[in-house]
Amino acid sequence: MDPSSPESAEALMNPGMVRLGIIAIYLLLLLVLGFFASRMFRGTKKDYLLASHSIGPFLLLMSLFGTTMTAFALVGSSGASFREGVGVYGMLASSSGIIHSLCFFLIGVKIYGFGRKYGYSTQCQFFRDRLESDFVGLLLFPILVAMVIPYLLIGVMSGGIVIEAMTGGALPGLFPAEGPADGAVPRWLGSAVVSAVVLVYVFFGGMRGTAWANAFQTSVFMVLGLVTFFVLANKIGGGETILESLKNASSKVGVEHATRVGMSPTKFFTYMFIPLSVGMFPHLFQHWLTAKSAKSFKLPVVMHPIFIMIVWVPCVLIGIWGAAAISDPSLIPPPVATVLMAPDGANKILPVLVKLNTASWLGGLLTAGILAAIMSSLDSQFLCIGSMFTNDVVTHYLGKDRFSDKQQVTIARAFIILIVVVTYILSQYQWDVFVLGVWCFSGFAALFPIVFAALYWKRLTAAGAVSGILAAAGSWFVLFRDAEFGGDRSYAIKIPGTEFEFMPVVAIFACATLAMVVTSFITKAPSEKTLAKFFPKG
Amino acid sequence: MKFLLWLLVAILLIAHQDFWYWDDDTLVYGIFPIGLFYHACLSVVAGVFWFLVCTFAWPKDLEEDFENEPAIKEAH
Repeated sequence: MDPSSPESAEALMNPGMVRLGIIAIYLLLLLVLGFFASRMFRGTKKDYLLASHSIGPFLLLMSLFGTTMTAFALVGSSGASFREGVGVYGMLASSSGIIHSLCFFLIGVKIYGFGRKYGYSTQCQFFRDRLESDFVGLLLFPILVAMVIPYLLIGVMSGGIVIEAMTGGALPGLFPAEGPADGAVPRWLGSAVVSAVVLVYVFFGGMRGTAWANAFQTSVFMVLGLVTFFVLANKIGGGETILESLKNASSKVGVEHATRVGMSPTKFFTYMFIPLSVGMFPHLFQHWLTAKSAKSFKLPVVMHPIFIMIVWVPCVLIGIWGAAAISDPSLIPPPVATVLMAPDGANKILPVLVKLNTASWLGGLLTAGILAAIMSSLDSQFLCIGSMFTNDVVTHYLGKDRFSDKQQVTIARAFIILIVVVTYILSQYQWDVFVLGVWCFSGFAALFPIVFAALYWKRLTAAGAVSGILAAAGSWFVLFRDAEFGGDRSYAIKIPGTEFEFMPVVAIFACATLAMVVTSFITKAPSEKTLAKFFPKG
Repeated sequence: MKFLLWLLVAILLIAHQDFWYWDDDTLVYGIFPIGLFYHACLSVVAGVFWFLVCTFAWPKDLEEDFENEPAIKEAH
């Protein structure tokens, strides 16, 4: 075909191609950002892994928020409210607003102080020192890595799925397929590209590049989320003013989506345990240590709930408007409605509404926003995995003077590649992202009592912590098996003879706490020297 | 001060269990279902609460200045 012919120009400007072009530009921007961050790299391990403790309040706020908000913040929130109504905000968002800031304040700032004082980079270093036990680190390392992998899996998979869903028709000659996926960048390629871009900017920029990229990406997904909200409100509501459109769109929402009539109050209450997981996320631990000073935490502690509201309220509204629009063929054609009503169809509501009701450039920008949310979590997780391996295994067992800083950075990068390859291979199988997320977060939340006790309870012993960790792992496995290894999507523990049901995280949390407290009381207390180090008088 | 802080956290967590709006489908300003509006306000209240904590109850022992001081040693 003649490149100057009208047919060729039309092929180049098809909506899928426009969206693909915007995604490509966005990914290139990230690589440029990583390159600039690398120019500030000081060549030391501390600079690579902790940005030499140079991150101020604003960057810390954006890093922490970007890291805790995954694709679920945009795609999952609208999907969950499409399915279950407005209660999703209280269940997952406003609880996180309270609990996350509580964790930053109670755990993050204390960890930062000890990290700066005693030179920690990882959780295992802190626990080994605080509990006077090498074994605690040996036990914790594989558990933490094993729990970070499903978290990584969520990001790598979602990246591929989103790119495939939004680039349909872009390159039909290159990627022929049946139905709407014809010409779309296939999932395996999308996941590979997302992983590669994050790897490159993490490798070049280290923690500083990651913090910059997080700040940039957090701004991108917040702004684009709001733009999408107003454009969709205008389209769905169809009013003359934006206020009229908002009112029209909400007036069509049914009672089951405008209230929580279909939600279990006890399940709603026990969901509050899940955000406690941020207290034990290894990647957040590392972000906390990048802070310039303890005062840098004030802005993230205050603004985190507000930021959650800014991102989640529009997405939840879009979800319930989508549920009302399902019966309006002018907004959602019947064949698409059937796809959305399928068991795994709800998460497609936001991309579907954008694709059908907005210009292709906006679809491209929203895809960039979703990828931003995904990648701003992946980068920190990649980096923390490398940090844990070099500090908790390599230098801990082989001696820190055996390797130069440069060699340690190389070892960290090699381990990151290994884990990313494993995750990528796993991502080629079908996993339920929501189930992965809930069980993975429940595992981290069950370890919260250990970190809390380590900071605030003098009587905690190494044996107590080990018992708590083993009880958490054991009870997690028993309940996960009971939930048919994730096959039972809405699994909850029911109190026999009542209507009360609660999330499995509560039982796991209780087992870990009980084992930790009882064992600590019957074993020898930590030495006076250690207590003086971690609980100074005055 | 510590008691007050924990009391306010407990109040926030209790306020989060708003069973009183459970099946109320009122639209606030004709736009926001009241269950969503209430929880959005709760997020703002949480922000205000943390602002007050950071202003009036920021623990003194956290004010240690590390900005010009290298870490004592690197742990391993």
